Amino acid sequence: MQVATIIKREFADGVSIPAVDRKHLLADETIKIATKGLNFYYDEQQALFDNTIEIATNRVTAIIGPSGCGKSTHLRTYNRIFELYRGQKVDGDVLLDGENIFASDRDPLELRRKIGMIFQKPTPFPMSVFDNVAYGLKQHYQVNKRELAERVEQALRQAALWDEVKDKLNKPGTALSGGQQQRLCIARAIAIEPEVLLMDEPTSAIDPVATARIEELINDLKERYTIVIVTHNMQQAARISDYTAFFYQGKIVEFDQTDRLFTNPANKQTEDYITGRFG
Amino acid sequence: MFGIAMLGWILGTVLLKGAAAINWEFFTELPAPPGLPGGGLANAILGTLYITFLAVLIGVPTGLAAGIWLAEFGKDSKLAESVRFGANLLMGTPSIIIGVFVFVLIVMTTGHFSGLAGSVALALIMLPVIARTTEDMLVLVPSSLREAALALGVPRWKATLGVVFRAARTGLLTGILLAVARVSGETAPLLFTALNSPYWPSSINEPTANLTVTIYNYAMSPYDDWQTLAWGASLLIAVSVLGTNILTRTILWYRSR
Repeated sequence: MQVATIIKREFADGVSIPAVDRKHLLADETIKIATKGLNFYYDEQQALFDNTIEIATNRVTAIIGPSGCGKSTHLRTYNRIFELYRGQKVDGDVLLDGENIFASDRDPLELRRKIGMIFQKPTPFPMSVFDNVAYGLKQHYQVNKRELAERVEQALRQAALWDEVKDKLNKPGTALSGGQQQRLCIARAIAIEPEVLLMDEPTSAIDPVATARIEELINDLKERYTIVIVTHNMQQAARISDYTAFFYQGKIVEFDQTDRLFTNPANKQTEDYITGRFG
Repeated sequence: MFGIAMLGWILGTVLLKGAAAINWEFFTELPAPPGLPGGGLANAILGTLYITFLAVLIGVPTGLAAGIWLAEFGKDSKLAESVRFGANLLMGTPSIIIGVFVFVLIVMTTGHFSGLAGSVALALIMLPVIARTTEDMLVLVPSSLREAALALGVPRWKATLGVVFRAARTGLLTGILLAVARVSGETAPLLFTALNSPYWPSSINEPTANLTVTIYNYAMSPYDDWQTLAWGASLLIAVSVLGTNILTRTILWYRSR
């Protein structure tokens, strides 16, 4: 209840919501990722049903919905990370720049170079701060020592972490605070110059101050990257995203501009969810 | 309590009786014929070291590889279940049977006892222990770490060796050290394979002196000075096994802080 009221008031304060025809929602955008009729199965259990959505280039798209609704599952198809597990299957298409990522000649390693991922819990590798960032870089680029150091610095700067860690590049990545660890993971992901960043509840394990910093960072990063963020936190979605998709029981119930989805949802289930009636 | 008392008793006896044998000659000289003064077990000490070293060389990489396969690739497949079952059986197999097996496999086919055969027998004992500890340690590494490495577009094997392995390295080292400690006290498999020798070890293809079989032989001999040497050898083994265990504990303790 409160969430919707607060957001409604915020938007009522002079922010005009452009009247866009819902059918031509992304007409002015370049499409980075498009899924078509995407179904997902954990063994026999179907988790996603006919997901069709388009992700706009250089925008932040939020995926919201109650626990177990398939948000993360959906996100995890974009970089084919689910293939790590036996028994997880997908059918339907995911297109990156118009090309199917499930095509048999598609190299998943190159796909993952283009699509970085940030996880719920920070996952620093058991190595130094520097090596954490250099790890993926060395895999994908032939660089000499000096270039490597430059690129690591650049990535850390982009992740707004450089000033805090420039004196402890040789300290283990695990010794940083939770918020710093998550930004280290972001630095590690952007060091290999991806085009898309997938974030799976990136702030759910982090304190509010660190969360605010990461949200600021996301806002900066969208100039260079297309960002898809799964979040439990509706205020967060409202604060940082341009578009929001509401997932429920494996289906995409509603997809719209964020401000409109939160202020004027077209679907009853969406409204119930954002007003806190369930989930 | 009873167990600790017994352990104390055993260690105390070994220490008292063994200390008498420990001197400079013990570490530097070949065994002397019974009755003659002096003589040491230098050849057996060296032999044990190199049989164990060779066993580590054979057993550790194969054990690690098996453990990696079980944890990362085989998982709950039928084949992995069978491998796991096999490893458990091998772990429970009396070491003397392993000794006889290697006797038939290597000693009989080559026609002579050898240090190499001894190493193979010890490696076979280490293999399942290392494989299972490796698997257990790798399974403990959170899958998010694996996913994070793979999400960077790193190939699976590289992610396993570079990130997962590194995250589990303390546990892996512990497993290896414990396996080494375990085989360094084995006698029966060496009796059938490396046998023993009164000379310096010079080739992996001949019978090789080692501490445990020396203890077995000397302890049952009627000669006082040989029996003293056997006590000394017992003390040496006890101390090194204890040392390895303490080292392992210390590493774990440092890591957990």
